[in-house]
Amino acid sequence: MSVPLPVFVAIPLVTAFLLPIFGKKGKNAATVLANLATISLLVLAVASIGRTGVYEIGKWPIPLGINLVLDGLSSLLLLAIGVVSTAAMLFSVRYMEQYTAKSKYLSLFMLMVAGMNGVVLSGDIFNLFVFLEIASLASYALVGFGCEHEELEASFKYMVLGSIGSIFVLFAVALVYGNTGSLNMAYISKAIASGGLNAGLGFALALFIAGFGLKAALVPFHAWLPDAHPSAPAPISAMLSGVLIKALGVYALARIVFNVFGITVQLGWLLTVLGILSMVTGAFLAIGQWDIKRLMAYSSISQLGYVVLGLGLGGLIIARGQNLAWASLAILGGLFHLVNHAVYKSLLFLTSGSIQMATGTRDLKQMGGLAEKMPVTRATCTVASASVAGIPPFSGFWSKLILVFAAIQAGFYWVAAIIVFVSLCTLIMYLKVQRYAFLGELPENLQQTKESRGSMLVAMVFLACLCVLMGLLLVPALRCNILEPAVKVLTDGVSYSANVIGM
Amino acid sequence: MPYALCFLLFVIGLYCAVVKKNMVKIVIGIMVMEYAVNLFLIMLGYRFGGKAPIVVEEDIVGAGGQLSSLFINSSVDPLPQALVLTAIVISLGSLALMISICIRTYERYGTFDITEIRRLKG
Repeated sequence: MSVPLPVFVAIPLVTAFLLPIFGKKGKNAATVLANLATISLLVLAVASIGRTGVYEIGKWPIPLGINLVLDGLSSLLLLAIGVVSTAAMLFSVRYMEQYTAKSKYLSLFMLMVAGMNGVVLSGDIFNLFVFLEIASLASYALVGFGCEHEELEASFKYMVLGSIGSIFVLFAVALVYGNTGSLNMAYISKAIASGGLNAGLGFALALFIAGFGLKAALVPFHAWLPDAHPSAPAPISAMLSGVLIKALGVYALARIVFNVFGITVQLGWLLTVLGILSMVTGAFLAIGQWDIKRLMAYSSISQLGYVVLGLGLGGLIIARGQNLAWASLAILGGLFHLVNHAVYKSLLFLTSGSIQMATGTRDLKQMGGLAEKMPVTRATCTVASASVAGIPPFSGFWSKLILVFAAIQAGFYWVAAIIVFVSLCTLIMYLKVQRYAFLGELPENLQQTKESRGSMLVAMVFLACLCVLMGLLLVPALRCNILEPAVKVLTDGVSYSANVIGM
Repeated sequence: MPYALCFLLFVIGLYCAVVKKNMVKIVIGIMVMEYAVNLFLIMLGYRFGGKAPIVVEEDIVGAGGQLSSLFINSSVDPLPQALVLTAIVISLGSLALMISICIRTYERYGTFDITEIRRLKG
């Protein structure tokens, strides 16, 4: 039985428009419904692993109508979105009680999930833009959800840069349509493979890279992220850092660069350089931060650099015609890091939300000694920190190790050195969090601090367990089903079009 | 030439969004960019002296229902128009959200000047 693809978009979309009906009185019913929706999406995402398929909307044949494509890369992203949104939704059950208008929040949340699932599944370039806008609009509103000074300022900043990114993407879509006469990714890829790049398509590619780079917050385009991610409510920070920048930015970029335009040596270098810049700049800026969520946001930029670096190295090796096994290894490292980062960064943001709710502050200088008062938060935060810093049994270590191996085998010794160096910087910044938040003296005004309860703990423990177990994804049985198909989609490059049209 | 003017409009919008200090002017700049792209999409499908792509009886030649070459060569491409309609609806949504954020920010800070709205830095 094949998984019906439109369901991934339909479930969250229908839920999103049902939720506001409940209003203030049916708040609990709305919460239950939203949780059911995210859990069912997770179950569907698990069921879609290892499957491929093309769905033609309205039974219009492919070049005429819009199609949805499920392949290895899509199902990997669907899985990440499913896991993070389930955890974030569980966390919001209690956390969002401090805000008014909870059902509006839930509705925007589901709209964002619908947009992300749509971006990941879409096989049509204009449809990708539409879903991208749905997800981004919902996220602009969610960043400003508190309606206080900082939230509004961050939301406006995010919105301006995000809108410019979206317009770049739309402009690029128009240029591609004008030059190839098609909006279907598979047909565009075929047209480019036979006709080659002309000036218009080259400009479109540059606009795509700038537009998706803005969405992914790669370093020259990163200015909005450290403001927007900390200002959002904690579960939304987890969603934004955990999956939104990956689904809208990195996934879309990889799809366009690898599968539609085809990777070249220059593009491989461009991605590698963007990745290294993001890694180093993000890490240096993060170390100096005293706001716990701001520190984590900068570290997101740095960790996303690893993902882009892995993809760039892989692309570079493919374009140079060197050993394909090394390329697969680099891309595997990048994609594995993407999934790992989704899990541990969302966990870190959830723990920061738990701390903020208990102590009322995000400033590391005003915290201290919380280890006794909040044992579960402390334990989960330590697991996530160890994971992001790359301490051996935890997930982050394995993906970084693979990236280092790939870089050394392909002869990029300096890249391997940078990876290890940035990893050390990451260790320093999370030791700082541990030291100032959980150890040391407990300040007078925090004596009454209580551990958070109920669903918030469930969400954090669920993600912490995943952090520990994610290393198992490298076991051959799981790797062949989850990671390898995703890597293969990217290493196959432009033969994507043959797969889609032939299916 | 029309394409160059359209691109100029796009660049004017980008300049306005990047350089201006007033929040409302930034929003206007973004909308000018959006309209420039919409205009570009419309121009892609437009033909001088073209006609609406609706098949009437005299356009069908031959028993198999083939279209006459006159129809194919003179009709306007309808797809970009459908895309522009979608894009306009999306930009309406984002415009509404942007303006409401501007209004809320004005209520809090009492100014539209982004150089004075600087609580976040570092």
